[in-house]
Amino acid sequence: MADKLRTQQQLEALQARYVGTGHADTTKYDWAANVHRDSCASYVGHPPLLAYLALGMGECRERARGLLLERMVRPVGNPPEVVE
Amino acid sequence: MAATSSMFMYSLTIQPPSSITQTILGQFAGTKEQQIVTASGSRLTIHRPDPAQGKITTILSQDLFGIIRTLAAFRLAGSNKDYIIIGSDSGRITIIEYVPSQNRFNRLHLETFGKSGIRRVIPGQYLAVDPKGRACLIASVEKNKLVYVLNRDAQAELTISSPLEAHKAQTLVFALVGLDVGYENPVFAALEVDYTECDQDSTGQAFDDLEKHLVYYELDLGLNHVVRKWTDPVDRTATMLFQVPGGADGPSGVLVCGLDNITYRHSNQDPFRVAIPRRRGATENPERKRYIIAGVMHKMRGAFFFLLQSEDGDMFKVTLEMVEDEAGQPTGEVKKLKIKYFDTVPIATNLCILKSGFLFVASETGNHHFYQFEKLGDDDEETEFDSDLFPVDPTEKYEAIYFHPRGAENVNLVESIDSMNPQLDCKVANLTEEDAPQIYSICGSGARSSFRTLKHGLEVNDIVDSELPYVPSAVWTTKITRGDEYDAYIVLSFNNGTLVLSIGETVEEVTDTGFLSSAPTLAVQQLGEDALIQVHPKGIRHIRADRRVNEWPAPQHRSIVAATTNERQVAVALSSGEIVYFEMDQDGSLAEYDEKREMSGTVTCLSLGEVPEGRVRSQFLAVGCDDSTVRILSLDPDSTLENKSVQALTSAPSALAVMAMADSTSGGSTLYLHIGLYSGVYLRTVLDEVTGELSDTRTRFLGPKPAKLFRVSVKGQASVLALSSRPWLGYSDPQTKGFMLTPLDYVGLEYASNFSSEQCPEGMVGIEGKSLRIFSIDKLGNNLLQQSIPLTYTPRKFVRHPDQPLFYTIEADNNTLSPSTKQRLLNDSNLTNGDAAELPPDEFGYPRAQGHWASCIHIIDPVIAKAVLQQIDLEDNEVAVSIAAVSFSSQDDETFLIVGTGKDVVVAPRSFTAGFIYVYRFLEDGKELEFIHKTKIEEPPQALLGFQGRLLAGVGNELRIYDLGLKQLLRKCQAQVVPNLVVGLQTQGSRIIVSDVQESVVYVVYKFQENRLIAFVDDVIARWTTCSTMVDYETVAGGDKFGNIWLLRCPQKASEEADEDGSGAHLIHERQYLQGAPNRISLMCHFFAQDVPTSIQKTQLVAGGRDVLVWTGLQGTLGIFVPFVSREDVDFFQTLEQHLRSEDAPLAGRDHLIYRGYYAPVKGMIDGDLCERYALLPSDKKQMIAGELDRSVREIERKISDMRTRVAY
Repeated sequence: MADKLRTQQQLEALQARYVGTGHADTTKYDWAANVHRDSCASYVGHPPLLAYLALGMGECRERARGLLLERMVRPVGNPPEVVE
Repeated sequence: MAATSSMFMYSLTIQPPSSITQTILGQFAGTKEQQIVTASGSRLTIHRPDPAQGKITTILSQDLFGIIRTLAAFRLAGSNKDYIIIGSDSGRITIIEYVPSQNRFNRLHLETFGKSGIRRVIPGQYLAVDPKGRACLIASVEKNKLVYVLNRDAQAELTISSPLEAHKAQTLVFALVGLDVGYENPVFAALEVDYTECDQDSTGQAFDDLEKHLVYYELDLGLNHVVRKWTDPVDRTATMLFQVPGGADGPSGVLVCGLDNITYRHSNQDPFRVAIPRRRGATENPERKRYIIAGVMHKMRGAFFFLLQSEDGDMFKVTLEMVEDEAGQPTGEVKKLKIKYFDTVPIATNLCILKSGFLFVASETGNHHFYQFEKLGDDDEETEFDSDLFPVDPTEKYEAIYFHPRGAENVNLVESIDSMNPQLDCKVANLTEEDAPQIYSICGSGARSSFRTLKHGLEVNDIVDSELPYVPSAVWTTKITRGDEYDAYIVLSFNNGTLVLSIGETVEEVTDTGFLSSAPTLAVQQLGEDALIQVHPKGIRHIRADRRVNEWPAPQHRSIVAATTNERQVAVALSSGEIVYFEMDQDGSLAEYDEKREMSGTVTCLSLGEVPEGRVRSQFLAVGCDDSTVRILSLDPDSTLENKSVQALTSAPSALAVMAMADSTSGGSTLYLHIGLYSGVYLRTVLDEVTGELSDTRTRFLGPKPAKLFRVSVKGQASVLALSSRPWLGYSDPQTKGFMLTPLDYVGLEYASNFSSEQCPEGMVGIEGKSLRIFSIDKLGNNLLQQSIPLTYTPRKFVRHPDQPLFYTIEADNNTLSPSTKQRLLNDSNLTNGDAAELPPDEFGYPRAQGHWASCIHIIDPVIAKAVLQQIDLEDNEVAVSIAAVSFSSQDDETFLIVGTGKDVVVAPRSFTAGFIYVYRFLEDGKELEFIHKTKIEEPPQALLGFQGRLLAGVGNELRIYDLGLKQLLRKCQAQVVPNLVVGLQTQGSRIIVSDVQESVVYVVYKFQENRLIAFVDDVIARWTTCSTMVDYETVAGGDKFGNIWLLRCPQKASEEADEDGSGAHLIHERQYLQGAPNRISLMCHFFAQDVPTSIQKTQLVAGGRDVLVWTGLQGTLGIFVPFVSREDVDFFQTLEQHLRSEDAPLAGRDHLIYRGYYAPVKGMIDGDLCERYALLPSDKKQMIAGELDRSVREIERKISDMRTRVAY
């Protein structure tokens, strides 16, 4: 039992530390939102990639950065309704 | 082992990226002078702005082998030196300093805080420092923030604390800045959004109600912890923060910038808001709101102001007005915020205002600009708007404000620094029929885009070009006395005489110099204190200061064939093969050495070195004979004219030069023997100063003519000018001190000499045909010359005319009004005064409109006219997406220009209403285009290619073959070969390589009999292909948009099977493998290049060089991959690389191997840029590595430099 508890605690520690670490109850929405947020953060973080996207969008880099960060707030629409 | 491969390539950068990610300003050298530090790609560069000349020079540029994301400068209280903090992808915070005495960066601290790589929750995206240099905050996009306390210890060394956490889960950071609070506890301000609610609420209400907060984080220095001190909702659209001076200088706080909104915020002040003025004009949408995208705050003498730039490039001056007390003195309370139009400059990533009154604009695209301030917009006629006009809440109604953009009044452009960013396509071709090909590239965006021609060479400043009566054979310059600063005479030798010109205000002939004018000259020299020497075929004329002439006649029936001199020695070679040696004695007369030395063959050239400082003679005489040898003779009094060493050559030497030059191996100066051969080959060998032995020979082919060598001085260093079919300069690189040999961008000279006069202290004089030319070389740092032709819109792709030296570009700008719409607006509107004036788009950009495209086709002549020959604008909101020159066998192999377009294209998510393929006929050798017809298709064709006399088009995920009909293109064959979208096509024979936007490349074979396209090999890994090229029939090299470059090869068996004669039945019926093609590609090489590759091709770069892969990157990078021939070399470089990884670990703390294997492990590649850092190591480390490798330092350096010079620059 202690082992199970420890595993549980370790998992929780991981989840707290590394955003997006999944668990048994991860929903499809959580997962997708997490992937999209990771992607956007990566686009913003890699300067050549941001420049590439900005060029394609016809915007300046700072605007592209703002748009991508804004997309991280709600990347895949509203969450599904929770059915009790 | 996964990392080994049967194929190995050596990666080298020819031109580092020129895009600037971030710029910081500071006194990094610890002097009063400010320097600019820029991050471009993985390179950190420190520049010195020169206020006197209005120029920026690069002092040091270093590759950090890591992605630089943020930079910050800080200074500890009481110090006068700024340190640099780097936020990179290493998961570590790095603090470095610039050491001016050694011209290098020195790492002071490296603290690990997280995983490496660019991740959502690993800090490194944002970096802010306290203005007093007491702390810094490094944050990630989401959640994590770490505060480091910076201090100094008893030895006055910088210390860094362990990190203090200020994390907040599910919180996105949009901007971060250090607040100016004087000497109170450091405070950092962040723009944050907490998305917790919005992730739970399925109605979307929480998202609509979501607020953005301005949050203050205070570092309590006493308690050593961080608290969220204050938080307040701000405008939802805000994305930028600017620090407002505090303490004694101002009210403290921040400017929060969002859509049409600049708000002053602080915890103890009322908010004040101004809108962003909009452009007025017939083509401007009056409803369009702008964002602020860059800005800078500048403090001076108690006052301060902001320059904020909108997304159009307009800069606004923003100031704060304070409430005044009874005495009329400003208090700490803000009264209003004021804004007015300042000037328009290119859209910037960063603006820097220098104390010396300059503005550095690190442009987002195109050249970086360096401006000088003329005034600060204090008393002009621009309307000033203040915050009294606007409600604080941006959702409330307010009157929009407008201004008329105008030419720059406050700043004056003093230098434009070449930048090829973004570089969208590139082709290497030899259009000018020179020895080496040129690089043609399209770069820039919008109206600031350009077509650039790059040529390997040094820029030459032509000073004088004057005609002579006859064709001279040689030229010299000389001083009259040793103490002279400048040359006094130019001596020209003709077939039958000698002409002496004096250098002064004007250059004119003089006759009373004592020079023999009736014979040609072989050498001229200023000897001793005040004498002159003229060597002519019949003797040596020694002209004393009092015009007394001593003549030494050549022995009877013999003449002098070669001569060499320095200020104390003279050596001449007679036609009989004898060498006569003279030395100046105490009383200034020339004394002949008794014995003559007889050489085995006819002497072709001689060289004496300069007399070393503090010595009486040069130790060695180099003698070149027509039996293809060079001998070194001793000039020591004990062993005069004795043989010291011999070197055999491949051809007879035509010129020799013994000279000391700076050397990276020894760190000081080394004596070299430069040899030019009749075959046009140039050799450089090290001449041992004691033993006279020759070692470490390096060879370069200069051109088909015999090489001549001349000692010249460029930028204060001894250099060698080598003349063959074109002139070359051998010098040591100002930064690495490595030896460089670069052609001059100049006419082919026949003879040259150093030249120094009052007007031109460091020049050269040369002769070419009948003309006498004086020129100088002002820049040694840049050996790629650029010429640029301005283009209209962002260039996307280009093709070359199959025979003529012409290029065709397609250009397109998104969200931009097309010329016809613009014209209609200009004609329609009831114009008020001044609105009709159209602004030059290269300074002000084009009028923007959502969903509009402006697109055109250009014909460019980069060789003769150096201009755009014709422009064809596309109408109806169409955008050109692909271009190809295709010859149709149905039209007697006539070549047509094919352009693919899309209508109403939206980039992401991809949508359009139709696609078209335009066909143009070439007229007048391609100088004009005639429209034939256009064919409507379902999707914009992203790739076009000529294929077996027909057109191959990638339409969506289909591959199609079209033939040319009378009214339109006729579809002949089609197949779906890739899963998503065809973006590139390559072909050889009947094999087609199709690149998919997302799923790497697919090999397709076309079966003519059955008229079928059959995919037979595909890849296992998703590669977001941007460019590809066929290296050979089986191998493809390509790049993806994450910055990887790879070489893929199709299995031999599959390749053979695909080409079996007959029908493709066996291919069609072959079983699919895991829902893909029957076979899989194998990976040969993989490398992370950091920059997004935009083109790759297999070509030669230098005359006589091997084929290399040349790739270009979006940020302006030019790189090559050189294939290794021998396994031995691979082993050598692999070991060297390994040693360098540990001995010269990357500055920002990124592991080199992991960096180059960012997305997939590096395979089959050696990083040449790392290997070249060997030359910059301290000599003990060099020795150590050389010992490990069992070779000498020189040998290693030669191997490294050979890898580059054999194939590239």
